[in-house]
Amino acid sequence: MIQLILSRIAQSILIILAMTIIVFVGLNAVGNPVDTLIAPNAGQAERLRAIQALGLDQPLWKQYLLFLGNAMQGNLGLSFVSGEPALQLILSRLPATIELAVIAVFSALVIGVPIGMLAGVYPKSWLSRAIMGFSVVGFSLPAFWVALMLIIVFAVQLGWLPSSGRGETVSLLGIQVSFLTVDGIRHLILPAISLGLYKFCLVVRLVRAGVMEVSQMEYVKFARAKGLRMRRVIFLHMLKNIMIPVVTVVGLELGGTIAFAVVTESIFAWPGVGRLIIQSIGVLDRPVIIAYLMIVVVLFVVLNLLTDLAYAALDPRVRGRTA
Amino acid sequence: MTNVETLAEPRYSPLKATLQSLVASPPAIIGLAIFSTIVLIAVFAPLISPQNPYDLMSLDIGSSLMPPGTPTWDGTGVYLLGTDGQGRDILSGIFYGLRISLMVGIGSALAAAIVGSLLGMLAAFKGGRTETVIMRLVDLQLSFPAILVALMILAFLGKGVLNIVLALMIVEWAGYARTARGAALVEMERDYMSAARTAGLSPMRILLVHLLPNAMPPLIVLVTIQVARAISLEATLSFLGLGVPITEPSLGMLIADGFQYILSGKYWITVYPGIALVLTVISINLIGDRLRVVFNPRLQS
Repeated sequence: MIQLILSRIAQSILIILAMTIIVFVGLNAVGNPVDTLIAPNAGQAERLRAIQALGLDQPLWKQYLLFLGNAMQGNLGLSFVSGEPALQLILSRLPATIELAVIAVFSALVIGVPIGMLAGVYPKSWLSRAIMGFSVVGFSLPAFWVALMLIIVFAVQLGWLPSSGRGETVSLLGIQVSFLTVDGIRHLILPAISLGLYKFCLVVRLVRAGVMEVSQMEYVKFARAKGLRMRRVIFLHMLKNIMIPVVTVVGLELGGTIAFAVVTESIFAWPGVGRLIIQSIGVLDRPVIIAYLMIVVVLFVVLNLLTDLAYAALDPRVRGRTA
Repeated sequence: MTNVETLAEPRYSPLKATLQSLVASPPAIIGLAIFSTIVLIAVFAPLISPQNPYDLMSLDIGSSLMPPGTPTWDGTGVYLLGTDGQGRDILSGIFYGLRISLMVGIGSALAAAIVGSLLGMLAAFKGGRTETVIMRLVDLQLSFPAILVALMILAFLGKGVLNIVLALMIVEWAGYARTARGAALVEMERDYMSAARTAGLSPMRILLVHLLPNAMPPLIVLVTIQVARAISLEATLSFLGLGVPITEPSLGMLIADGFQYILSGKYWITVYPGIALVLTVISINLIGDRLRVVFNPRLQS
């Protein structure tokens, strides 16, 4: 087991190293940030000074080693645009993104599980068919289009909800959050729906499939035969067995949700990392792009590592195969 | 004189059988009808568009932001779906935008299918280290969300139709590789594969002539669904300003263009290209869903 853990951690570190090279070389191979940053009528001397200040006069491998050494100490460079440390810039925006992603996924679960169960218990009713039809459409619709429609209907035509920004925030353990103020919640609703719709459809389908499969099981028939109420069988006996795959899939999707927040944040002007990265790509702010990609890569590699290890801990067969 | 031809069994045609089975389902017919219409519109866009949105001479800046149904500036017709900020007819913009969206979607899905299936079949056929390396790469690729990988590649490459096709191909090849390997592993067990090997055929010939046609059905389903996904992803990236350049507006670009006017109630610039996009994606998905059933007899109960 220890050998397995060590080999998986070593693999993860290798992947992260490989990604730093890909990201660094890829980003340096194209575009010159100096062009976008200094005035077009700047003199040669000024241009040279900018290049030296940004460290762009060094050979690429030297820049990479310097970058790697600094990255080890948590220094991912200064933003070309604002001059702030890139890592700090990203970390200061991260809570907003995480809040949005967690609320979207959480709502998808809270609303999706009962609806999925309903559709699974009565698979032939018209309501179930309508739910399934809705989930098919929800899967097909591009998320940014859903977001735009929500704005047109609820913000522009009806004027019920705001379409941009985070609203009023309060400090919770030193982090600014929106979901504890009424104004903040009003600002959260539309972005959360547009980000969570896909997960919602996913949860509904998983739960429905789970209920339909579990209903055939002996223990459910036995519980019913014993005279237990349907409600008790569903909530006590079936729910536990259905939730394992649902939680696994949704947990894995959380990382994807944070990545996909790029779209939602751009549309709703939500001040998170997604919006920051789109702006940074627009002006070729390399340190910020690299810092973002590094943080996301590490996040994903760690998530995958934890899933792998959890499976190995739970399932002896996996342990035997991969050791 | 016997008429041999009438006595002979009609030749079994997989294409015909598939099509017959495909149109047996109402949603698939609807999908097929919508999608064929969209393809025809895209192909014949220059002939049927009321205006050429690329031709600056046909534009009139005075007719910008006109609501649907406004008469055109030269009095020859109406702007059926209104005009955008540059006075371009939205309907014509959609017709031309469909060309780019379909081209990018179909092009990237096919390119990814070719690269991915070849690598997947190679992995199944060779086994050993080749298989480990290819499948590890697939796992790595699939563990990152598509939008993130595409974003990263486009941040490196910059805008451009070819760049986005390349980015989408890199995002999608892994799915094909996994499916092709799975299908190939099943086929490898069959007798005809041992026969082909015993006959001493070259690996290339076995892969392409004998293995590929038999591993085809799941790949066809995947291509269909990936075309829809690619169109949707391209629209998303173009909407974010990372996809196609402004000179070649796809549907996503048109939608993004209308976004700035949304809050002032000029909905048509965004909504109509969006409807075209949604119809395209949903119609392809309807066909894909049915194809999945057609190719998998177990689902046909």
